Order: sequence, then structure tokens, then C-alpha cells
Amino acid sequence: MEATVMNDSKDLILRRIREALKTPAPVPGGHDYSHAETTPSRPKPELDNFRQWLPKVENDFNSQWSLVTKSFNALKTDFGLLDSPTQLIDFVQELQRSENWKRIAFHRGALVTPVVDSLQTEKIEIKSGYDCQDLEKCEVGITECDAIIAQTGSILITSRSAGGRGLSALPPHHLILARPSQMVSDLPAAYELLYQRYGKDYPSMISFITGPSRTGDIERIVVLGAHGPKKLTVALLKD
Amino acid sequence: MSATYAQDFKENSGRMSQDLTHRAVIKKALNAYELKRDENRSKYLDWQEARQAAAEIKWEAINHLDRYLLEMTEKLEARGTKVFWAANAEEARNYVIQLSQEKKVKSIIKSKTMTSEEIHLNSALEKLGYDVIESDLGEYIVQLNDEPPYHLVFPAMHLTRTQIQAIFKNKLGSNTSDQPEELTMVARDIMRQKYLTADMGISGANFGVAETGMISITENEGNARLTTSFPKIHVALMGIEKVLPKLGDLALFLPLLATAGGGQQITCYNTMIGGPRQKEEVDGPEEFHLVLIDNRRTELLSDTEQRDALHCIRCAACLNVCPIFKSSGGHSYGTTYQGPIGSVITPHLRGLQDWKHLSSASSLCASCTDVCPVKIDIHHHLLHNRRNAVSQSPVWWEKILFIGFSAVTAFPSLFQASLKVARFFQPLHGFIKGSILDPARAWTQTRDLPEIPAKSFRQQWKQRS
Ligand code: SF4
Repeated sequence: MEATVMNDSKDLILRRIREALKTPAPVPGGHDYSHAETTPSRPKPELDNFRQWLPKVENDFNSQWSLVTKSFNALKTDFGLLDSPTQLIDFVQELQRSENWKRIAFHRGALVTPVVDSLQTEKIEIKSGYDCQDLEKCEVGITECDAIIAQTGSILITSRSAGGRGLSALPPHHLILARPSQMVSDLPAAYELLYQRYGKDYPSMISFITGPSRTGDIERIVVLGAHGPKKLTVALLKD
Repeated sequence: MSATYAQDFKENSGRMSQDLTHRAVIKKALNAYELKRDENRSKYLDWQEARQAAAEIKWEAINHLDRYLLEMTEKLEARGTKVFWAANAEEARNYVIQLSQEKKVKSIIKSKTMTSEEIHLNSALEKLGYDVIESDLGEYIVQLNDEPPYHLVFPAMHLTRTQIQAIFKNKLGSNTSDQPEELTMVARDIMRQKYLTADMGISGANFGVAETGMISITENEGNARLTTSFPKIHVALMGIEKVLPKLGDLALFLPLLATAGGGQQITCYNTMIGGPRQKEEVDGPEEFHLVLIDNRRTELLSDTEQRDALHCIRCAACLNVCPIFKSSGGHSYGTTYQGPIGSVITPHLRGLQDWKHLSSASSLCASCTDVCPVKIDIHHHLLHNRRNAVSQSPVWWEKILFIGFSAVTAFPSLFQASLKVARFFQPLHGFIKGSILDPARAWTQTRDLPEIPAKSFRQQWKQRS
């Protein structure tokens, strides 16, 4: 069934590459004299060291929280920090009322299931074999996530943690239920987490979501809701 | 269309640089970008060291390209991805076409991929009757307007909202105002069903990951996520130079690309895809094909002096600061890759003699090298191209000119004498200056040579002491 009829040029390309690489190229930075010799013991360009160069993130929860809320606000991600499961349910029900959800789609999970059970709407559970046209008619997709990144205000999801690929991309509103303890400091920490959690078997899709979908393709003016969700809400239930 | 690419470039860039409206549009768009870029760049603890680290990682990848490509493709194949190695544009095109025929594909949705522009995939597919639609808003606009992308990252930045409103009205019959929100929603509404009904989704890849066998796609609109979620077949096109050694390298490259490219701290979606839908996953394409494209990249690889041009992550930061790009406009280049990096690599990808003029269209101000997030020595490579072009095919009259020049400058007395002669003839030049009779007209048309003074500096100096 595979389109294997066509022979590809793997060997040819590899041969060309090896031929070309017989002559070494100078290491980078040669023309920038500020880097030559004067800083011989520069840290290796590895994940553990990126933090020294990337935007700074403090180590304590409170400053990370204030950083993340700043990014949320700047990028128009709505959020709520809720004290109890009842508060979380109230928060979501209030969203339902104000946006008049008639159909919701969700992916089961410890946080999602009780909230969804409390909603009086048509519900579509995203599991194997769901119909994408049904999903298209939903006003909201409710998922959990893998992590929240303080540095950038990003949400890390995977096809495993967030019900596949479509649920977090197609409905006009993406609602994420999470715990504050899921917050990690920065992108290097997020990648550490990916290595640890999925190192043996990665989901086929991993995505960092930072704010609602946007475009600047018309006169570089930002418009929200280009193709993905127009609204992104993070509801955090205190641990 | 003139006889050569060089003449085209000269004509088009000449015309564009006189076009004040165009200049104003570009200036406005780029001013906003610059502010955001500077703001986000200043948040880095050390932007310069971050660039250096990125340059070293890319160096490692490019200088062990065979190893990393094999690692990446083996990992991808182990999880059900079909990898196709295309030596040139034709092979890549044919693969996609053959796949479409075999799978009885009718409609194809695409997210942004410059590699597909490079191999002219759309026109090949359309010729065969496939319905191909670009989902990225900027790409969609230029597709409707029948023109190539104007800029690597902002394809429609040369069009005003009024022009886009008119394009939508003519091509789609839509009756909206010229508000960007409304125009965006027109595209959104059209595209939604396409994601769900297309048989094939074609995407690019901003990075490949050797360690884990993945591609990474950077975007803001969510169209790439949708394109890679619903169609049964996902085809990703990727230049062989895009591979990074480690998954964790993205922790540096994603923010670097976003800041340099769009002035953002990070873009809205950064998605890593490691295969088709896996068992126990609820959705995703049944097939994932990765087309790896050489198309003369190995040619550039064998030029050790310019090998680092393959480090390019196509952020377009060098375009955004380039005075030549800003006044000539993206379309004047006539290339898939515009701006400084386009001028460097196009001669390698499409022939030095045909494209050497781009390397000469530079003031060598080095702004490009300054901003490049992976520290490519762009402006020196423009010089390298000039040198290579001349040594490959010397221009006889230039050669004679330079022999004469070096002879004159080698002997002070001869130099003095020639100045006197020049001073005598200079007023006569006024009669033909810039006209068709003037051999130096390309230069003198728009420039004045200062009057040669009666006494040279040396003479004046002698008299004083
Ligand atoms: S050459 Fe550098 S600045 Fe230009 S597009 Fe490539 S990575 Fe960006």
C-alpha cells in the first residue's frame, strides 16, 4: 500500500554529504572578535546551559506565578485560580452561561470529568473514531495539559494528555483545566519534563500553545482567532 | 520579462525603490516589528551568547549531517513514517504527485512551507487538476492574488488592507469592510471545512530532531496544527539542513526563531510531530510522509567558506533590517528566498552566473550579520560570491581596467599626471554625463563626481611647509 514504487535518492544524497564534509569548515564565531579566545571556557551549548542566556525566571512559585499571569494578560489568555472543586465548577458554568455553550467536546481526565459531568449540554467525548464534523460544531474543547511554562506563558499539551490533535485546535474556545503545581519555570524545564515523562515512547504530537490563535498577516495588525481557537482559558485548581 | 535575471532585478528594484507608497507600507510594518523585537530581545540574559550557542549547535548538525539525518529518519521510520529522500525539486514533486494519484487524493490543504515554493509544488499539482489551497492567511492572500510570497515570514506584507479587501471581493465575492478582523474571519470560515475534508495536508518543517525523530513546526495561526490533524495523509517537506541533534535544542531555537522572526517571545504554536497517528491515539493522519530535499544544498555544503549559510533557520530577521530589501521589495529578487540570505544562497541553488547580481546589490552594511540569530556571516558571503563570480568568469574590460588602474597607482608621478589629465577632461564629461554615450553611465546617471581640485593635497601640503 505504501508508495514504495519510487526509488529515492538516499544513497546519492548521503554520498554527496560525505563527500562535501571531507573538508572541515571553521567553527562559528570567527568574525566576531568578542568571542575569539577571550572567552575560552564558554559553557557548552546544551539544554542545561540554555538558562544562562534565555530570559530570566526566578525559582520561587510566587514570582513564577506573577510572570505567568503577566504573559497570560499580554497574550490574551484568560485564566482563573480556583480554591476548590466547587469553585472550579462554578467558574466553568459561568463560562458556559456567558458564552451560551450548546455543545462541548472534552477529553476525560481527573480534572475534566467532574466538571463536564456538572454541565447540562450536549457532550462529545473525544475518543477513538470520533467524527470530526461533530467536533466542528462544538463551541468549546476541554482538555488537561502536561505543563504550564512560566517563562513564556505557554501550555504544553500532547496528543496523549489532551485528547489527540484536533480537540485543542478546532473548537473556537480551548479550555484547559490544570493544577498550579504543573507550572515549570522555563522552556528548558519543559523539555526536561518531556524527556522524563515520554522518553521511552513519545506521543505523535507535542505542542506548546501560547495564547489564542493569532495572525498579523494584514498590515502586521494582530487579529485573534485566525484558524485555531479564538479564546484560550486556563482554569487552575489549587492543589 | 527581460533577457536575464539581472536585468529583471535591475528594472524591478529600480521601479520599486521609486514607489513611495510601497516604501511607506513596508516601513510601517517593520517599525512595529522592530519595537517588539527589541523589547523581547532585551529580556534575554545574554542574547549574544544565545546566538553563539545556536550557531555552535547548527555547526555540529551541519558538519555531521549524514549522521543526524540517518538518526532522525531511522527513528521516524520506526514509528511508521515514510521518508523520501529527494535529490532535486523534480523528485520531490513527483513523489507528492505519485502519492496523490495512488491514494486518489482530490483536495489538498497546505500550511506555510517555503520549500514547496522552492520546488514549485502548487503549480505542478494544480496543472494535474488537484485542488490546492494555502491555509496560512498571508499565503492565501498571495495565492488568490496570483503572486509568490513577498517575504519569507510575512508573505503579504506589501499589500494594504484595502488591496486585500479588493482581492477578497474579486476572487471570493466577499463583501466585507477593510478591517483586518473581518478579512481574517472570511479566510477562517472558508478554511474550516477544508481542514476536515481535504485528503492530504502538506506542511513544512522549521526543524528536524535527530534524537527523537520529529519535525517541529512554528506558527501563530493554528493552520499548521489543523492541517496536520485531520487529513488522512500528512506530507511534510523539509530541506536536509533543518535537522538539530537534540530535542532539547528546541528550548533555545524556538524562542530565538520567534524573537528574531516575529519579534515575539515565542510564537503561538510550536508543534513537534513524530509520526502518524499511533495506536491508542484518538486522531491524527493515518500516514505521515517526510520528503527530505537536497536540491543543491549539498553543493553549498561543499563550499566550506559558506557552509554556515546552511545554518539558516529562515527567520527573515536579515530581510527586515536590509536597506536593499526594504527599498527593492521582496518580489524584485525573483527568488524563493529573498533578502540577504537569498542573495547568498540563490547563486548556489540556481547558478552563480545567473544570480551573482544579487550579491552585488548590497551596501555591505552588515546589518544582516548583526541580527542573524545563528550568526551566519552573511555580508562576507556576499563578498565571497562576488569574488567567486569574477574568478569563475572574468570580465575582460574590467580586467584591463584594473591592470591600468594598478599601473597608475603604482607610480606616484603617473598618478599625478593622470589627475591633471582627468582635471582637463572633466568639464567635457559634463556633455555626455549619464547619457547613452557615457561608458560609466550606470554610475553617473544618479551620481556626481566631485570636481577634481586644481591642487592636490600633496601639492598643498608641500606649499605650506
Ligand atoms: S540568514 Fe540568519 S537572519 Fe537571515 S533568515 Fe537565515 S537565520 Fe534568519
